[in-house]
Amino acid sequence: MEEIKEKDQPIILKKRSLDKTVTISSEKNELILKSFAYIFLTIGALTMLIPFLWMVSTSLKTPAEAVAMPPVWWPNVLRFDNYVRAFEVAPFGRYFLNSVLITTVSTLGELVTTILAAFAFSKMNFYGKNILFTGLIATMMVPSELLIIPNYLTLSRFGLINTYSAMIVPYLASVFSVFMLKQNFESVPNELYYAAKVDGSSDFNFLWTIMVPLSKSAIVAVTILKIIGSWNAFMWPLIVTNDRLLRPLPVGLQAFTTEAGTHFELLMAASTIVVAPMIVIYLFLQRYIIMGVSKAGIKG
Amino acid sequence: MTEKATMKSTLKALLYMAPMLSIIFTFNIYPIFRSFMMSFYAEYNFFQNTVGRYGLDNFQEILTDDQFWLAIRNTFIFVLGVVPTSIIISLGIALMLNKIKLLSSFFRSIYFLPFVTSTVAISIVWSWIYHGRYGLMNYFLSQFGVDPIAFITSPDYAMLSLVIMAVWRGLGFNIILFLVGLNNIDENYYAAAKIDGAREMNRFFHITVPLLGPTTFLVSVMGVINSFKVFDEVYALFQSRPGPARSALTVVYYIFQKFYEENQYGVAAAAGIVLFLIILVFTLIQMAFNKKFVHY
Repeated sequence: MEEIKEKDQPIILKKRSLDKTVTISSEKNELILKSFAYIFLTIGALTMLIPFLWMVSTSLKTPAEAVAMPPVWWPNVLRFDNYVRAFEVAPFGRYFLNSVLITTVSTLGELVTTILAAFAFSKMNFYGKNILFTGLIATMMVPSELLIIPNYLTLSRFGLINTYSAMIVPYLASVFSVFMLKQNFESVPNELYYAAKVDGSSDFNFLWTIMVPLSKSAIVAVTILKIIGSWNAFMWPLIVTNDRLLRPLPVGLQAFTTEAGTHFELLMAASTIVVAPMIVIYLFLQRYIIMGVSKAGIKG
Repeated sequence: MTEKATMKSTLKALLYMAPMLSIIFTFNIYPIFRSFMMSFYAEYNFFQNTVGRYGLDNFQEILTDDQFWLAIRNTFIFVLGVVPTSIIISLGIALMLNKIKLLSSFFRSIYFLPFVTSTVAISIVWSWIYHGRYGLMNYFLSQFGVDPIAFITSPDYAMLSLVIMAVWRGLGFNIILFLVGLNNIDENYYAAAKIDGAREMNRFFHITVPLLGPTTFLVSVMGVINSFKVFDEVYALFQSRPGPARSALTVVYYIFQKFYEENQYGVAAAAGIVLFLIILVFTLIQMAFNKKFVHY
């Protein structure tokens, strides 16, 4: 017995020490790797933030500070007055209201049309369902730039060019949103649907009182993506508006680049006005945005 | 699914879909066919909406137009500049974000920030950063002894400026997709490899890389398709011009000019069809690939 023990012990010890060195070296590697990751990620994050910080910093400077070399990183006195000036020089108040109006109406409208349609696709059976759905999905492959010319002609036939409707009506529905909501509605168990039917609830009632609340996060995700898209839309509003007072923010801002001339502090103040609302929404609801984007990406 | 399809259920479903379908038909489906028709309008009167003659004239015109080929060339350069760079950087960042636990979502939020902000506003900010005399970029470069570069006004640098900004802007989106891809890799593979004694490097090259293949492909194709449609960035970065000496004239910019500035609807439609066909090729490649390799 004694002999065996003596023989055994060194082996066990050796094995232990071997284990220990392996974990130590891999832990050390891990630590080095992680430190590098943090360093790179911080540099990267700064690169991402600098344009935004520079925008805000410039927007609070005097004209002289704005073009000073070496640059003034942060002005001593914060000139919030630049924002007031920007609103005076160009009708940014009006642009802002236009953007709010267009975004609100097209988002609400799209929600109604797509929720109704997604419900039909997810819980009803009807002739031609699969063909229709495949056809709709196929339209997503067509670049929206191709649709601009005929849509312009259609709207001008209706006399809608240079109106709010021109910026709203074409965006009152989206195949992408129908697709996203359909996926989600399908995950609501059919048993709930039957139970509601047995209880005498109409489809319409079931949709708005049970289905919609149960799919809250998907609906929020679709809504926010729509708001962002609508708020930032540029080419189409540019094409369909001639009247300065109908412009939404991005179009107004683009026009302001010539109006502001060399007043970079005013230009940056105006840019901040355009960007800030979406950043606020993002800060509060980014979970939904990222969820929506990852789902949208995976669909392929 | 619920009950069988009947005449009644079909009518009911149509009722539910009617608002969506009327919008989509008018503004998404009808215009597809209309664009195809328009590209063959050889003579068209906008005010009377009458077509005098159909023909291939528009296609002939764009295919013999130097500007169109310049636009195609610039767009390909843009795509080749943006997509690979963006993939490499965003994959690297996604891997690092996946590695660390602390602050991971904080960093992710920052990288994703440009995605939610107006392209026009951001491009204007970048044009300020690129400013020849007062720009931050030139100040930064001057610290390394580099002479000021006319990023926005020199034809040699316009495309580079555009590419840098587009990469910066698109990173967050790609990172999210890569993170989803990394998340989908079964932890068990790593556990099994660890038991077999595979080292970190081996695990990375034999598990992460091959299993991330489909995601990388997906991200590349989406990047290519989106980059082909670049317009807002160009318009805002170069103050409503297609770059100095048309050095950043892209296909969509060409369509925009033909349509909006020159009112040549047929020519613009024909150029749109060419854009569509190019994008279609990539979409089909992606679909074929998904069918073959992606099974989840």
